[in-house]
Amino acid sequence: MRPPSLESLEREAESIGADESPAMRAPPARRWGTLAKYWRIFRVSLGERLVYRGDFIIGTVLRFLPMVTTILLWEAVFKGSGQAELSGWNLYEMIAYLLLVHVSRMFSSMPGLAFGVARSIRDGDLKKYLLQPIDMLAYLMSYRAAHKAAYIATAALPYGVLLYLCRGYFTSWPDASTWLAFLASLSMAFVIGFYFEACIGMTGFWFLEVTSFLYVVNTLNFFVSGHMFPLDLLPPTLAAILKVLPFQYLAYFPSAVFLGKIQGDALAAGLLIELAWALTFALLARLLFRTGLRRYSAFGG
Amino acid sequence: MPIIEANDLTKVYRVYQKKDGFLGSLRGLVKREYKEVRAADGVTFTIEPGEMVAFLGPNGAGKTTTLKMLSGLIYPTRGTARVLGHVPSERADAFRRRFALVMGQKNQLWWDLPAADSFQLHREIYSLPAADFARTQGELIEMFGVGALTRQPVRELSLGERMKMELIAALLHRPQLLLLDEPTIGLDVIAQVTIQKCLKEYNAQRGVTMLLTSHYMRDVEALCKRVLVITRGKLVYDGLLAGITEQFGQSKLVKLQFAGETVPPGLEQYGELTKTDGPVADLKVDRHRVAEVLGAVLDRYTVVDMSVQDPPLDQMIARVFEEGNVGHASTVA
Repeated sequence: MRPPSLESLEREAESIGADESPAMRAPPARRWGTLAKYWRIFRVSLGERLVYRGDFIIGTVLRFLPMVTTILLWEAVFKGSGQAELSGWNLYEMIAYLLLVHVSRMFSSMPGLAFGVARSIRDGDLKKYLLQPIDMLAYLMSYRAAHKAAYIATAALPYGVLLYLCRGYFTSWPDASTWLAFLASLSMAFVIGFYFEACIGMTGFWFLEVTSFLYVVNTLNFFVSGHMFPLDLLPPTLAAILKVLPFQYLAYFPSAVFLGKIQGDALAAGLLIELAWALTFALLARLLFRTGLRRYSAFGG
Repeated sequence: MPIIEANDLTKVYRVYQKKDGFLGSLRGLVKREYKEVRAADGVTFTIEPGEMVAFLGPNGAGKTTTLKMLSGLIYPTRGTARVLGHVPSERADAFRRRFALVMGQKNQLWWDLPAADSFQLHREIYSLPAADFARTQGELIEMFGVGALTRQPVRELSLGERMKMELIAALLHRPQLLLLDEPTIGLDVIAQVTIQKCLKEYNAQRGVTMLLTSHYMRDVEALCKRVLVITRGKLVYDGLLAGITEQFGQSKLVKLQFAGETVPPGLEQYGELTKTDGPVADLKVDRHRVAEVLGAVLDRYTVVDMSVQDPPLDQMIARVFEEGNVGHASTVA
């Protein structure tokens, strides 16, 4: 049962909650009690996560090794192209971007969430929280938030060291309002990442085996979110399409904001659209859960 | 008012029938054939507050399906259930706060954390006042005798200890109804007996209603007077455990010990000779002929010792299962 691999660093949603949301139905006086419930879940999850702190630290350090090759690769690409800028990105911005993408993904990636949801539907773990007065999505969210907090806290030191070593790639430092926008975009990246993965996991209500579907989604996501390189490097039409889709908020958008690539009205509009996507996915996840449970209760269980 | 009212509960599953071989699998991609499986078929019974009832049946008979309908995990295809005054499938919080379902094969505790942390979590999930929670937890820990173990990660506990923790967790919110699915599965005899004792004590103290399934007749004999027997989705017996013997035990076991070293010949005329061991013989006799047979045997042979027994309960239950549909027994509840 011990989380085995390095990929499992931020893993994992083992367990699942229920349909009716006490948070939504509770009268105002009980709202604080409900919040306390999920705060407690947060704290217990945090405790669970920190049991494996050795796993954390090693995993975090190892995660940066590929960065060295990435830097060498892009230096070669720029040298080979003979240009100082590619689609408006110079080498320094590019490397800084790729470092920042790690920070964005630290908030938006949800390793194992979709798979965990699908598996608990399939294996019947779903039951255990259907039986208790608890809301599955709120439960999983608290659980994830705890894992993220633990992960970020542990990763802060190695990240700090790495960013310090690479400080030469950051030619300018963002001002206070950019910082604020960056943090806002990261928080919403967490929400979008969470509900998006949750929605994917809910397909488990309809399909018994979702592994290959998840694989396709993850691979595609790596590309369309801008995890590999800034979306601007793509042909303009494709880049324009990808910037309409919600996935850019998982990696590209926060990093570009930090580097000052998106400013003024575009920034304000981007943040609003990000918020809209966050809400859309939250609602979609609820809807899928409701519909899925109806099916589950009728056919399976 | 009854705590459980099951009325004509029926659940029909659609099961995909995969054809043999690769071609069959391909055909399955396009057009699938389904078979309807009646997991529960017109199950009707009521349970009054404070009762401890056993739910018996072979694997796949519909026990778990019925428990799932009663706990609101699945909707019945037909029929209705009322549990604690609620329709279970609505999964109202008020309903979920008042019962617990414990499955012997599923664990609800957090694997890597001490049980005490999971208990705290339950306190939050059920919004229990701190003082009540502390008292209940203390009582339960004492009753199950696991005081020193609650700070150990659950993964380091033995199966029996873990089951005790599961039961404590399930009882923390003081449910009025406890549904137990194979609570002693995989446990050794000592752990089984401890858990039986605790459940019994808890039932006596708090008047909690319990409905349990088990494959261990020892559990059933220790805990329940009343049993429901289900086979192939149908309820075939609802009554006292002792009544099963009367209704289904058509024969008795007569144990005879004769003087001398061996069993004398000629016993076959009185009944079926099921076992001989030196001078000891087991004779299966029709229950109505027991007196007559004993008289005749005592007249004819020198008998040192004898006893008349019902066949072992699990054998009898197995027969009930095999015979399946033998009609409803309307015995006392």
